[in-house]
Amino acid sequence: MAVLPLVYLVIVVAGAPETARDAIWSRDAFELMLRSVGLAAAVTATTIAIAVPLAWLTIRTDLPGRRVWAVLCALPLVIPSYIGAYLMVSALGPSGLAQDVLGVDELPSIYGFTGAWLVLSAFTFPYVLLPVQAVLRSVDPQLEEAARGLGRTPRQVFTSVVLPQLAPAIGAGGLLVALYVLSDFGAVSILRFDSFTRVIYTNYRSSFDRESAAALACLLVAVTLVVLWLEGRTRRARAYHRIAPGAQRRAVLVPLGRWRGAALAFTGGVVLVALVLPVGVLGYWATKSVAGEVEWDTVASAAGHSLLGAALAAAVAAAAALPVALLVARHRSRPSTLLERLSFAGHALPGIVVALALVFLGTRAWPVLYQTLAMLVAAYAILFLPQAIGAIRAALLQIDPHVEEAARSLGRSPLAVLRTITAPLARSGVLAGAALVFLTAVKELPATLLLAPIGFETLATEIWRLTSASFYERGAVPSLVLLAVSAVPLATLTLRGHSEP
Amino acid sequence: MPKTLLTLLVLTATALGLAACGGDDDGDALVVYSGRNQDLVGDLLERYQKDTGSKLEIRYGDSADLAATLLEEGDNSPADVFLSQDAGALGALEAEDRLQALPQSELGKVKPRFRSHTGHWVGLTGRSRVIAYDKRELKESDLPRSVFDVPKPEWKGRVGWAPTNPSFESFVTAMRKLKGEDVARKWLEDMIANDVKTYTNNIAIRDAIANGEIDIGLINHYYVAEAVAEEGPDYPVGVFFPPNRDLGSLINVSGVAILSSSEKAAQARKFIDYLLSRPGQEYFADVTKEYPLASGVQPDPALEPFDKIQAPKIDLADLAGLQDTVKLLQETGAL
Repeated sequence: MAVLPLVYLVIVVAGAPETARDAIWSRDAFELMLRSVGLAAAVTATTIAIAVPLAWLTIRTDLPGRRVWAVLCALPLVIPSYIGAYLMVSALGPSGLAQDVLGVDELPSIYGFTGAWLVLSAFTFPYVLLPVQAVLRSVDPQLEEAARGLGRTPRQVFTSVVLPQLAPAIGAGGLLVALYVLSDFGAVSILRFDSFTRVIYTNYRSSFDRESAAALACLLVAVTLVVLWLEGRTRRARAYHRIAPGAQRRAVLVPLGRWRGAALAFTGGVVLVALVLPVGVLGYWATKSVAGEVEWDTVASAAGHSLLGAALAAAVAAAAALPVALLVARHRSRPSTLLERLSFAGHALPGIVVALALVFLGTRAWPVLYQTLAMLVAAYAILFLPQAIGAIRAALLQIDPHVEEAARSLGRSPLAVLRTITAPLARSGVLAGAALVFLTAVKELPATLLLAPIGFETLATEIWRLTSASFYERGAVPSLVLLAVSAVPLATLTLRGHSEP
Repeated sequence: MPKTLLTLLVLTATALGLAACGGDDDGDALVVYSGRNQDLVGDLLERYQKDTGSKLEIRYGDSADLAATLLEEGDNSPADVFLSQDAGALGALEAEDRLQALPQSELGKVKPRFRSHTGHWVGLTGRSRVIAYDKRELKESDLPRSVFDVPKPEWKGRVGWAPTNPSFESFVTAMRKLKGEDVARKWLEDMIANDVKTYTNNIAIRDAIANGEIDIGLINHYYVAEAVAEEGPDYPVGVFFPPNRDLGSLINVSGVAILSSSEKAAQARKFIDYLLSRPGQEYFADVTKEYPLASGVQPDPALEPFDKIQAPKIDLADLAGLQDTVKLLQETGAL
């Protein structure tokens, strides 16, 4: 399933190899690719720098109100980057709110690289935060205690014991961030950062040149494979599970002491920029738009559709990701690695490419399913499968394979082992993966517009309808509903994780 | 855990189940792909269904995305009718033989310059390029008389454009066709050298003028008319149609066509007839503030009269196929 977009790209490119070659070998394409990769690298580094300390503070320290902070810090994920970008422009742009509040005539320009970097970092860091939190929760504190007992300072313990344990989660999260940035079109176009996705969009939209667009998309896939290879190096053959006998204990919270103020300021600052500020602007707009103008029943039915589509996508993606993650975590081989990497292609491709791939294949191979809910859910699953795979794999790596082997040697069938041993232990990973898919699918736009059944309006398409032909302010109410709808599963997940051993 | 697995299975089964009964669509309904926003045409399409008792199924999207979708769907397309924001998307479908020829009874309602030569699509409404300006800072007599005056030093850093906008790209295409590649290239280079500000779309340009970021912008006429309708006559942005057949008042059209794969051509033609009829055209004049092209309907009285606009003469079919324009925009660095 996940390689379907690639099949489409290959079919299209093979149909017109010369056009495709010209498109790839243009100076423009290479320059823009370099710019996009640069942006992806900068954003990835920033999100790791923000998310790792945040994860540690909210899981392992006595930070006041850490559970609330944990939820608040994950929430920026639900803000679609195009909304985030527009909010940033209205807040920090020329004649924006910040200028009014500060009473200055000019602020440094937020357009171009700076703006794109800020916005994408602010709204994607939870991709790193969530898996790192998950690992911090489940990692055995014994190792750390042993290290401390051997005279290591807390800082040494963190860098030599905790950080290596976190590497796969950081790698998986950073990978999602990098791919998100490479495939993003909304934020970069609003913030006027000229990126590679722009050429792909122009080829489809202005020149209806699908061959060139497909060729460029292939180039994007190639770059993705390089990024995946880099990420693969963060987790070579290494054991991350505990091997000590006995039950795992809960980690003891680290007292922050005099660092408490600084920790609160840091956490609060991140939440302020990535959540309070955007929600504040949205709220301000919502009150500005006349209350009578809001079509509540439309918003309600859109919310229902969004929930349904995203929940199904989360379930399907998690179900599909489990075997892939198992294969990769337990039976590493060249084919299994390749399979996993190809499944990431969907995530690196701009939504419009995946949507058109499914249009092309759907009308030909499964006309009965074309533009049905099943098709839409499949599109979501293809686009966001990697998020589920990453989270589940990280959880599987924490399980000692010897436990499974022991069960096997005691006569359990492989399926029974999966059901009674592996799956329960991997549950937090499966849930985290499903939640990530849900949160991303609930705000998806391009594939929804083209593949949803006619009349299946979602919150994202509502926001698009209200903003594309008119004032951006009009989209505030459905945007806030989108946030609220996403916050519930996210909060449940984060809080549930806290109460689990 | 089995509970989680079970939930997954149940949800997956539901998805498939819903998909199976998702095919309950009305076999009689006409499927319309609308590149025009629901807020703009939704009420009109509702009215059509009520007035005629015919059923429509409407997929809304961006014109260019929907045209790309129709090209990918090919002969298997479920769509019968395509409503497009601009002539370019219709031209692209026409060039790939994806449209049916329309009978003279429909084509004849609209002047030849606002429809396809080969009779595969017909214009519904006219939309003019304008120079939008800040009424608080500028009088009409202060404004450039031509788009070729915009790259002059006095306008340095005061102008906004949206190079990714299809209407802007059609405008550059027209410049290439009417004035030649070199003139178009030089104009783009001069604009960039004059520190033109780039925006994502026409609304962003209009809003930037309204909040004082820039003084003038190159956009379509109705964006301002809509804002005036919403905000009142004190809205600070005005429009100017450069005279003497200047490219700054180029007129493009939104239009409609029937897909070649449609098996409901008669029904589709009835729909198009309605859009071209008096009620249909009056709707566009009132709501979208565009210029009606058929049935003698008059535009919004607040607008410049349609025949007063001294638009350049160009074959709209020439505005299709923007490849070379995009290339030029890229080479000059406008994109």
